[in-house]
Amino acid sequence: MAEPIKKVSIVVSRGSLEGVYPALIMANGARMEGIEATLFFTFFGLYGVIDKKMDHLKVATVGNPAMCVPSAMGPGLPTWIGALPGMSWFATGMMKKEIEKLDIPPIREFIEMIHDAGCEIYGCKATVDMFHLTKKDFCPQVDEIISVGQFYEKSAGAQIIFT
Amino acid sequence: MAAKEYAGKTVELDADGNLANQADWSEDIAKSLAQEEGINGLTERHWVVVNYMRKEFQTKGDAPSIRKLTKESGVDTKELYSLFPGGPAKKAARIAGLPKPKGCI
Repeated sequence: MAEPIKKVSIVVSRGSLEGVYPALIMANGARMEGIEATLFFTFFGLYGVIDKKMDHLKVATVGNPAMCVPSAMGPGLPTWIGALPGMSWFATGMMKKEIEKLDIPPIREFIEMIHDAGCEIYGCKATVDMFHLTKKDFCPQVDEIISVGQFYEKSAGAQIIFT
Repeated sequence: MAAKEYAGKTVELDADGNLANQADWSEDIAKSLAQEEGINGLTERHWVVVNYMRKEFQTKGDAPSIRKLTKESGVDTKELYSLFPGGPAKKAARIAGLPKPKGCI
């Protein structure tokens, strides 16, 4: 039998709702299986842990050719319609409703839950500097702002997953 | 299907090693299943989780999500992980005599 996975290090690089959730679901799933997990937020992924932004993440309705309306098997949403004011707001509302039905928590609650489950949460120093942010801008679950070198050190023995 | 003896009773197990028939479950079997999972001695807090899971399973047909578990059983996430180290939902379900939870959360 193949060696079971013992540790995962998940990089979150996108700040849309559909960009952040998969990483959180995978991190939580890892902890539930007894796998060590680390989350590293970088670039726009940082918005998933910025205190004033994390409750307002949205679904991207432009630049996603797989986006269909009103449901997954409906016709594709043309990019120019996706760009209309309110479309992202609307799609976000729809997705949040479906997420809640599956008993998946909102981002903030999910981050708290994952952190309580023992997952370490880090922000990327290069992005924090680029965006002129400080540790104070983040939710309390962010353990530390670390460099990419530290990220690799902390990921020793882990499978790195980039999302 | 494998059969194994727990607390002096031979029971059928499913592919995951969980009880195949819930009717076989008893508190003594739960204790020996717990021992096998590395939990020596189920405390009152373990029982809160195990009993809540059994109740949920009987009414809903699947084990509760970890979010529901922490919100409704009165045992928070941190405590849950310390009670059942290395996979709370999976271990608690096994001890409760239920199949492995199907959900992702």
